[in-house]
Amino acid sequence: MQNTFWTSRRRDHLAGYLFVAPQLIGSIVFVFVPLGLIFWYSLHEWNVLAGTFEFTGPDNYDQLANDPKLGSVLTATGLFSAGLVVLNLSLALLLAVLLNQRLRGTVAFRTIFFSPVVVSLVAWTIIWGFLLQDNGGVNGLLQAVGADGPNWLRGETTAMISVIVVQVVKNVGLNMVLFLAALQGVPGDLYEAATIDGAGRWRQFRSITVPMISPTILLTSIITVVGSLQVFAQIAVLTQGGPGTSTTVLVYYLYQQAFQFHHFGYGATLSVLLFAIVLILTVVQWQMRKKWVFHES
Amino acid sequence: MRTRVLAAALAGLLALGTAACGGEDPADTGPVSLRMTVWTSNEAHLKLFTDIATAYKASHPTVSEIKFDPIPFENYTTTLTTQIAGGNGPDLAWILENSAPDFVNSGALADLSGKITESADLSASAAKLWTVDGKLYAYPFSTSPFGVFVNTTMFTAAGLSSPADMVKNGQWTWDNVVKAGATINAKTGKAGMVVRDFDYKSWDNLASVWRGWGAQAWSEDGKTCGFNQQPMVDAMTFLHKGIFTDKAFPGPGTTADFFAGQSAMTITQISRASLLKDAKFTWDLVPLPTGPSGKYAVIGQAGLGALKKGKHADVAADFLAFFTNPENSAKLAAYFPPPRKSQLTAENLAKTNPLLKPEQLQAVVIDGISTGVVKPSHIGQAELAQAVRAGLDPLWKPDADVKAVLDGVCSSISAQLAK
Repeated sequence: MQNTFWTSRRRDHLAGYLFVAPQLIGSIVFVFVPLGLIFWYSLHEWNVLAGTFEFTGPDNYDQLANDPKLGSVLTATGLFSAGLVVLNLSLALLLAVLLNQRLRGTVAFRTIFFSPVVVSLVAWTIIWGFLLQDNGGVNGLLQAVGADGPNWLRGETTAMISVIVVQVVKNVGLNMVLFLAALQGVPGDLYEAATIDGAGRWRQFRSITVPMISPTILLTSIITVVGSLQVFAQIAVLTQGGPGTSTTVLVYYLYQQAFQFHHFGYGATLSVLLFAIVLILTVVQWQMRKKWVFHES
Repeated sequence: MRTRVLAAALAGLLALGTAACGGEDPADTGPVSLRMTVWTSNEAHLKLFTDIATAYKASHPTVSEIKFDPIPFENYTTTLTTQIAGGNGPDLAWILENSAPDFVNSGALADLSGKITESADLSASAAKLWTVDGKLYAYPFSTSPFGVFVNTTMFTAAGLSSPADMVKNGQWTWDNVVKAGATINAKTGKAGMVVRDFDYKSWDNLASVWRGWGAQAWSEDGKTCGFNQQPMVDAMTFLHKGIFTDKAFPGPGTTADFFAGQSAMTITQISRASLLKDAKFTWDLVPLPTGPSGKYAVIGQAGLGALKKGKHADVAADFLAFFTNPENSAKLAAYFPPPRKSQLTAENLAKTNPLLKPEQLQAVVIDGISTGVVKPSHIGQAELAQAVRAGLDPLWKPDADVKAVLDGVCSSISAQLAK
């Protein structure tokens, strides 16, 4: 059967479009439309209980510029992200390098470090909430070795540290696996050559390992930065933004404004801000790759 | 091969399309289906509600379904408002006292005046929170005073006289409660007094303490901050000393559950008595201790409203009237102290609260409802509550400057109060 319209080229194209269609429809319905709506809502005052929805133009953005709490919220967000990214990436890389050696038991250790990744986030956080209580497991352990632990979730600094560490321990396994995969792709002969040339272990790590896995470092850092800006469950379960407002990060503040205080319009404005921050950081990281990412194809 | 690839892609697309088209709403004209959001998931409560609903459906054939939709208590108001925002609000909803002003003043609820059967029987103090300009916007189906559950086994073991005797001898005061709590904590390591659900976050539960000093979070008209006024400073100083010096209350970050035998006393509502069914210790229920300003009582409330925006607001209000009529109100009294004066007798409540004795019910519930003050609430409560919580956080440290912290609370909320 010969069809003049459905040439093999057109059929190929159609098949391609049909294959991407489910993903495309999903993205439109669940990403682009909500994104557009967020911008639209941010120009309105929406009183859910009274059922009013009024156009207020840039009022919410004025409020954003003059919000006395925004400074502390952005500081908390920055501290959380910086702490998380630094700790997560360095720990993940360290674990990956250690577990990349052909030693007994590495498989067991890889499993142990990866297993928190598949645990439910909320269950994980609730259990840590118990462990971090004043009379909880962490302080019990510290007492066993003669140290007197602080009341972790009630001090401003210790609460922030706790939230960061709980998140790092939860997710470090994922980055570790990505690094492991990258490490195993580094050709062994490079190390042999370096050893012959007299390079020590640190030198090999700096001059061979890091450049060779730099695309993975870029990928993990983007994922981790974006993820850190979206932290919510840990804050909601462990600290509810406290003590004071020390752990009120942007997403939690947005949730409070929209869903607890019923300022949906202002909440939408805050999510526009979050979107802008994530976008800028991602673009910056992407641009910087040219400077330090090795052998990108 | 190519045809097969094309077919596979098409099949995937079709499956997606079918999934997206599911769940159509039935037409508006059909039989009426009502939904009521509640925060209890207790089977006995839900069975009682369903029985009442079944009786209503029998006499109202157009109503095909009445669904009770439990939402967890912790996020109840947030979930409810999110449902309303999403255009998926219920027809009827339980409303917590702390969000009462927001709901009642917003125009979200239908006016129930003239619809409630024998409304003259409603206690005025119970209906106050739900009434604006003489119009009733929600039926106060539960008006539950706070009392103190005590573990008498622990009191005896610590060589203390029983709380019931202390009440009888006029010694049931906050000073003596703290002494007893400190003694028990020192002797047994168990917690003394726990203000249940406070957990150094839900500060409105502390009203059950500070009312003993005559303190209030804000003035009657809601315009003036009460946190830095003398009664509150005295009450909070007392509480701070009780926590950090006397150790009569468990400190921040320490949990102790009375009902699991981890504390000697707890302040909570009588509905929690059901948790004592299998208690391994002897217990009693007594009124709140006397404070420097004398005897007092504090009430937690819940209202039931019909949402104006619902598809069948009239039917919803009609069912609400049926659900709360004298006959059904008497049944609901098994779990929720009713607002109907004629039903508020100790014998009546004892019939449905087998775990509690008539004299306990008289002292805590009946006397409490007649004299009690409702927990603090205000328009914009969630935002105020958050600001107060953040403001009070520095108080929960051993070396806190009580007056300075309370001044800070007032400065962070006074602008909002004045609105």
